[in-house]
Amino acid sequence: MERLRNLLSASELSREQIRFLLSTAVKMAPQVRDGDTIPLLQGKTIVNLFFENSTRTRTSFELATRKLGAGTLNFAASTSSTSKGETLIDTAKNIEAMRPHAIVVRHASAGSPQTLAGSIGVPVINAGDGFHEHPTQGLLDVFTIEEKLGSVEGKRVVILGDIAHSRVARSNIHILRKLGASVAVCAPPTLLPPHPETLGVDFAYRPESLLGDADVVMALRIQLERQNRMQIPSIAEYSKFWGLNQERAKLLKKGAIILHPGPINRGVELDPEVADGPHSVILDQVFNGVIIRMAVLAAICAPDALQSWLQKGSNS
Amino acid sequence: MSSFNILIRGGKVIDPSQRINGDFDVLIQDGKIFAIDQPGKIPAAAAQEIIEAKGAWILPGLIDIHVHLREPGLEYKETIETGTRAAVAGGFTSVACMANTQPVNDTPYVTAFIREKAKAVAACRVFPIGAVTKGLRGEELAEIGAMVAEGAVAISDDGMPVMNSYLMRKAMDYAKAFGVPIISHAEDSNLVGKGVMNEGALSNELGLRGIPAAAEEILVAREIALCRLTRAPVHIAHISTEVGLEHVRRAKDAGLPVTAEASPHHLRITEESVRGYDTNFKMAPPLRTEGDVEALQKAVGEGLVDIIATDHAPHGLTDKAVEFDQASCGIIGLQTAVPLTLDLVHKGIVSVDRWVEALTVKPAKLLNLPYGTLRVGQAADVTILDPLAEWVFSHDQILSKSHNSPFLDWKLRGKVLATIVAGKVLHRAAKE
Repeated sequence: MERLRNLLSASELSREQIRFLLSTAVKMAPQVRDGDTIPLLQGKTIVNLFFENSTRTRTSFELATRKLGAGTLNFAASTSSTSKGETLIDTAKNIEAMRPHAIVVRHASAGSPQTLAGSIGVPVINAGDGFHEHPTQGLLDVFTIEEKLGSVEGKRVVILGDIAHSRVARSNIHILRKLGASVAVCAPPTLLPPHPETLGVDFAYRPESLLGDADVVMALRIQLERQNRMQIPSIAEYSKFWGLNQERAKLLKKGAIILHPGPINRGVELDPEVADGPHSVILDQVFNGVIIRMAVLAAICAPDALQSWLQKGSNS
Repeated sequence: MSSFNILIRGGKVIDPSQRINGDFDVLIQDGKIFAIDQPGKIPAAAAQEIIEAKGAWILPGLIDIHVHLREPGLEYKETIETGTRAAVAGGFTSVACMANTQPVNDTPYVTAFIREKAKAVAACRVFPIGAVTKGLRGEELAEIGAMVAEGAVAISDDGMPVMNSYLMRKAMDYAKAFGVPIISHAEDSNLVGKGVMNEGALSNELGLRGIPAAAEEILVAREIALCRLTRAPVHIAHISTEVGLEHVRRAKDAGLPVTAEASPHHLRITEESVRGYDTNFKMAPPLRTEGDVEALQKAVGEGLVDIIATDHAPHGLTDKAVEFDQASCGIIGLQTAVPLTLDLVHKGIVSVDRWVEALTVKPAKLLNLPYGTLRVGQAADVTILDPLAEWVFSHDQILSKSHNSPFLDWKLRGKVLATIVAGKVLHRAAKE
């Protein structure tokens, strides 16, 4: 298996690399659940370089870093250097000069992690870039599905919401397809990517026809801040026709699960009763996010230590 | 001043303006073409300087009708001096510069400034293009007549398409009084929106906002409709889509005064290059699909696209070494245009006469310039090139102030050996 040097996108991960990260997370889970640390990154420093606000993802990476015994440094770039006219690359080179062991980057512009990885010598982990990708979210979602339902191979996964502007959907599609799941996306036509037939998945404009066969429904946040009256007439109309309400939830199979990357707009894409109902695994996703990010950080920053930990673990 | 003669001998003269394509020697005297004759017929004693052109092509000086020289106001990107030095190094003896300077070339004063500055420092002829609307804002007409009186050869809001069809119609009507064509950057800016690359499967994959081909198709169709209405000459800048080309074909078949140009980059690279997010592949209009590129190459070959023009667009590192979304559009093009497009001749897609015509006769005709010809008595603007010489384009060769080229490190075929403007040798290739 090719060693992971950066994690820029799910599209460039091989099936083998995905399986390795998922199985590493499976092995780490019990200790983390017990509140233990796995100090594979003792003495190292991971920088969170966030050009876009994100409390959840940043906190999750921060916790993962600490549970690996490493130090974390938060650099909210939008409020410091970039406002002084520093370019993206300048900022990264300044941080590189502080000798961190990896940079976790979130940026509103697609491709920024690639640009960074090409100009600095420190491993780069993409924590979400524009509408492009959010690979650790895709990994944690698939981890959660397999934890609840077993292998995703052959499972039907329906992604419902603003697909056009969703990096979460893109990363999930790449990973799910590589692992043999059957994927369908559903959105108002204006919130599907242009030429949806090129995505390599099924798509529908209305959710009803898809819900009955779904093993997994992944509801996406409708981005109120990006909302535009030229794309949908109102949030109320979205909720009426695409929201996962109690009535639509009745169409689901008994064992089907509902995921959401958070934060939820309750009553918009998910009714509160559904978000808190028996199908929902949303809080499991939050915990799993920490484990998956631990697996990613360890695989990139301490591959040898991780390897011997994995061997020791399997011997004990 | 005593007369100074240059003899160019041993080469092949290709001049579509006179339907010449054969071995001839050329004698220049006092800045003008003095004689074209059979090889060896002009005595060497007639010249103070002899340029040996064995194996080379001798062409009318090339004309680029679409460059951004950035002066006044954006001298950190380019100046009239540096841009024209790049031009002669690339084989161009005349360039026409777009109006999006700071201040915008929307008044006779800016037009006159460019003309006078060029007179003082430029390495080649410079022809200003005036704005269509004040400040390129698309709201009211600029002083077109006054700019033409100061030397503007065309009008264009290049980069900022005039979206108001009423205003565009009036601009076309008004420009007729001054005999200048209107050059349209044909992209519907509402449909372009915040798009940064061609829209399609790849933009989906890369997570970048797309620009549909329809954005160009719509405005090309509109310009043609307005041309039918006004009968004013309209030139479509950097056309990039297969359907856009079909619109132009129908307009030409109907006898409308519509012309079009293609840029070397749209003729040579596709949207695939955007993978990797290198901002030197960010253009307006964006790089398109393989099908579009093939259609565009064919269109140059058959003359449907009349002109090859670079859209030379220098940008500094602060404009380009940033996120793809934020980066400025465009690339430098003057020093690479010849080899990049000569490739189509080598591949047999474009005939050599058609290629020379697209860089000389056709641009001269569009802008009503007395250049682009080696006719005896005309100004001695001459480009001499070795069509087969191979070289690698590198940073140290760039004469432009900016280095934003996606063709760095490309191995290119076709090299400019000498560029002569009004009888003066202003560029000579370094000896290997």
